[in-house]
Amino acid sequence: MTEAIRVDALVKTFGRTRALDGLDLSVRTGEVHGFLGPNGAGKSTTIRVLLGLLHADSGEARLLGRDPWKDATELHRRLAYVPGDVTLWPSLSGGEVIDLLGRLRGGLDPARRKELLERFDLDPTKKGRTYSKGNRQKVALVAALASDVELIVLDEPTSGLDPLMEEVFREVIREEQRRGDRTVLLSSHILAEVEALCDRVTIIRDGRAVETGTLQSLRHLTRTSIQAELAGPVDGLGELVGVHDLQAHNGTVRFSVDNAELDAVLRRLTAVGVRGLTSTPPTLEELFLRHYDRAAADGAKPRSGAVR
Amino acid sequence: MTGTGALARLALRLDRVRLTVWVLGLALMPMGTAANYQKLYPTEADLQAVSGVLSNPSLVALSGPLFGASIGGLTVWKIGVSELILIGLMSVLTVVRHTRTEEETGRLEMLRATVIGRYAPLSAALAVTVAADLAIGLLGALGLVAVGLDPAGAFAFGLATALFGVLFAAIAAATAQLTRGARAATGIAGAVLGGTYLLRAVGDTGPTALSWLSPSGWALHMRPFAGERWWIALLFVGFAVLFAAVGYVLVDRRDVGAGLLAERPGPAQAAPALRSPLGLAWRLHRGLLLAWVVALAAAGAVMGGAAVGIGNLSSPNQQLTDVLSRMGGRSGLTDAFLGAIYGLIGQLAAAYTIQATLRLRQEESSGRVEALLATRVGRLRWAASHLVFAVLGTAVLLAAAGIAGGLVYGAQVHDTGGQTARLLGAAMVQLPAALVLAGLGIALIGFAPRLSTLTWAALIVSVLLVELGALFGINQYLLDVTPFAHVPKLPGSAFTATPVVWLTVVALALGAAGLAGLRRRDMPAT
Repeated sequence: MTEAIRVDALVKTFGRTRALDGLDLSVRTGEVHGFLGPNGAGKSTTIRVLLGLLHADSGEARLLGRDPWKDATELHRRLAYVPGDVTLWPSLSGGEVIDLLGRLRGGLDPARRKELLERFDLDPTKKGRTYSKGNRQKVALVAALASDVELIVLDEPTSGLDPLMEEVFREVIREEQRRGDRTVLLSSHILAEVEALCDRVTIIRDGRAVETGTLQSLRHLTRTSIQAELAGPVDGLGELVGVHDLQAHNGTVRFSVDNAELDAVLRRLTAVGVRGLTSTPPTLEELFLRHYDRAAADGAKPRSGAVR
Repeated sequence: MTGTGALARLALRLDRVRLTVWVLGLALMPMGTAANYQKLYPTEADLQAVSGVLSNPSLVALSGPLFGASIGGLTVWKIGVSELILIGLMSVLTVVRHTRTEEETGRLEMLRATVIGRYAPLSAALAVTVAADLAIGLLGALGLVAVGLDPAGAFAFGLATALFGVLFAAIAAATAQLTRGARAATGIAGAVLGGTYLLRAVGDTGPTALSWLSPSGWALHMRPFAGERWWIALLFVGFAVLFAAVGYVLVDRRDVGAGLLAERPGPAQAAPALRSPLGLAWRLHRGLLLAWVVALAAAGAVMGGAAVGIGNLSSPNQQLTDVLSRMGGRSGLTDAFLGAIYGLIGQLAAAYTIQATLRLRQEESSGRVEALLATRVGRLRWAASHLVFAVLGTAVLLAAAGIAGGLVYGAQVHDTGGQTARLLGAAMVQLPAALVLAGLGIALIGFAPRLSTLTWAALIVSVLLVELGALFGINQYLLDVTPFAHVPKLPGSAFTATPVVWLTVVALALGAAGLAGLRRRDMPAT
């Protein structure tokens, strides 16, 4: 498995602020990789280093096997980028910007451009200064997605899109995924989007990667919510290892359970007799909240070595 | 109107350094000039001698008529026009900055959602600007009184200056409602300002009615120190109220963020030419360049026309030659006049050079450069695309000023070809000095991007040193720091290649260093 992006112990400081503090990131060729983190975690800084816009203080970054700072222009032929905050030239129309960026990248597919304009419902004749935030984002998205490149870097690309357009965006990214030869780095703080699209995820906080792996492997770290209607009372459920937040009411129990202990806990329930059972799989939400919650993260929460 | 006070305080907070510098600079300029004339022409006879020659048509075109043979009259003559242009510029920039710029950036939208009335932003901008104008007028008048000039004349000059500023604040209040872009709003008001100068220049040398159509004409015809005509103040007030009213009416008729001129749709596809950084730069620079070419060609033509007058002087006078040589020329009255004019035009052109150079920084700080540099466009290629306009654009507009001046002047002396070539040379020789400022701009962008606007300060200091340095008897070493002090005074004196080569070398060295810095640093800079 080759790597499209490899970052080791990257450090970038701005004056006294340490924006990246030993970040590690590995994106495999052909995958859609989610890059999750709260505002100010260092997502955009990482992307700018990968684009050769910022010079890292230490650590190593490789993009498509080359040095993003030294080989910037050669690398940029092979990638397309959508900035987090898209600003356009006020006097240029959206269509002009799409064509310009496409040409500067080495050409874009006119049929694909037309198709994307229709799907994103974007009027290319409006001037840059008259577009809303979402429409400016669509301009950059169409320009990036209509280019024939190996790597697409998207920095919070849907933050201004309405739900309908977000769905269009997901469809388009899924199509890219099916092609199998395009790598997508998708920075986001929208979990549903990452869950829906990404093969693997890296979660970053305070300039460091705190979790990385497939969604499946990350889910093992979290808990499943269980609601069960039982035939009789069950004793000692709360004392079982891995059971949390137990509530019992009229023969119905609700709790969450560490996935590693799921089997043992279910056996205990079936021993009593189960009449009804609802289990909700762990969402990234919980995972996310765990790492967003600074108090919790700064506490003695064990960090799994297996996925790092 | 609700919230006007709060917004005015915000504007003062944002502009506290900028406005202080403007107010103090403009208030001190007349006082310094008067003090120096007192040293230069201590006796009545000196004054009479110099005044006799200053009513020459060419000098009248440049600085306006001299109404009184007194220190006060001379001061108003020497500094009046510059003072008016600068206070007009300050007023336009300040009003637009606090109205249209705030609106264009979207900051006003945030403010307007608070308890702020529809008219508050415009009222606050006008209040702050008018206060600054009045402060300049008052302090300037007190300064003149302090050096011992007649208080009536001093206050007439202060009033004329302040009211000129107020009028242009009102004009900017109207133009800021017309366009969506702050740049265009400033451009329209600035064009009106330049137009009033040229209208007065033509009017004062011939059809007097024209100079009465121009506010710069009114200000000078208020005759400070020469039988003040106070009623002219009413002209200013009347028109200021009129333009401000237009501004308020337009505020009422339009949406926040919108201009009065509707936005037309653009092409759905880019033209084939828009395929390179240079193609993009052409789109971004062409409007500004065209406006500058028209402005400098007009200035060249008007001054080329006025230059004929100086040759009509029956006996070339030693005093006039002295005055002219202080203004920059060396020999031959007409040539000295034209040399001085093209020196001024060179400094004006440098303003365009700086605008075009600093566009690099604007593209960066607006975030637009990020998407561009993520394509296969390298930083140097991107920088070069804008610098082509800074360099060649400046050359084009200098050429326009030279050719226009040469054609008008040449037609009157029946030597169109010869004069056009001579004046083209006089204009083009300014290019290396302007490019030194471009070099300084690039160096700042490369190494200290947040300080890049200091390039403007360098130009302003350079202009003041060159224009007033000789009068104030400033040390030659200090004068030598400014690029324009080294430009050969063409036509007239002989062309010497050495300073031109040195200026070019300095410009190239600064530019190369700046580009090297630009390649190495973070983009966008923090």
